[in-house]
Amino acid sequence: MKGSGPPVATVLVASTVALTSSSSAEVQHVSFSTTSSNQVDMVIVPATTGQMGVLPGHVATIAEFKPGVLSVHEGSETTKYFVSSGFVFIHANSFADIITVKAVPLDRINANLVQKRLVDFTLKLS
Amino acid sequence: MTSNAAVPFWRAAGMTYITYSNICANLVRNCLKEPYKTEALSREKVHFSISKWTDGKPEKPTIRSDSPEE
Repeated sequence: MKGSGPPVATVLVASTVALTSSSSAEVQHVSFSTTSSNQVDMVIVPATTGQMGVLPGHVATIAEFKPGVLSVHEGSETTKYFVSSGFVFIHANSFADIITVKAVPLDRINANLVQKRLVDFTLKLS
Repeated sequence: MTSNAAVPFWRAAGMTYITYSNICANLVRNCLKEPYKTEALSREKVHFSISKWTDGKPEKPTIRSDSPEE
């Protein structure tokens, strides 16, 4: 793990991408949030095949996400985000790129809204 | 011989990956708490003008102003 063997995984999260254009200028904002030290112990990603744990030394992989929870483990701390969709590209040198349109810290989600919309959409389906 | 097996569900539903991903992102955006929700929705608005070109000349431009719901 940390301190021995290959470097620990680096996580790069591209959160929302917004393109706005006014008459005079085109402004493109891409906001990145990286973990505090860029080096973490483990990331658990919501792949379409299930929750996938990514540790240093993971084999190079590309995985598509289903909407779900991404958790970043660093020492004894875990930070969780909800990702809307996206991909993870794991490179052979223990770098992992997490690409998603939206990665939201869990505490920013309104559970009541989620429940309500789930009910609405389930009704629409039936 | 190419086979059509194992098409991802979003493509089977007639979407591209970008359409699917944007729909997912909109769903998440609409479930955020304030003030993050208004921030995200206003951030994702687009406003641009498009003009088609024929014979080397631009035609009259159309303005497109979308909010993320659309």
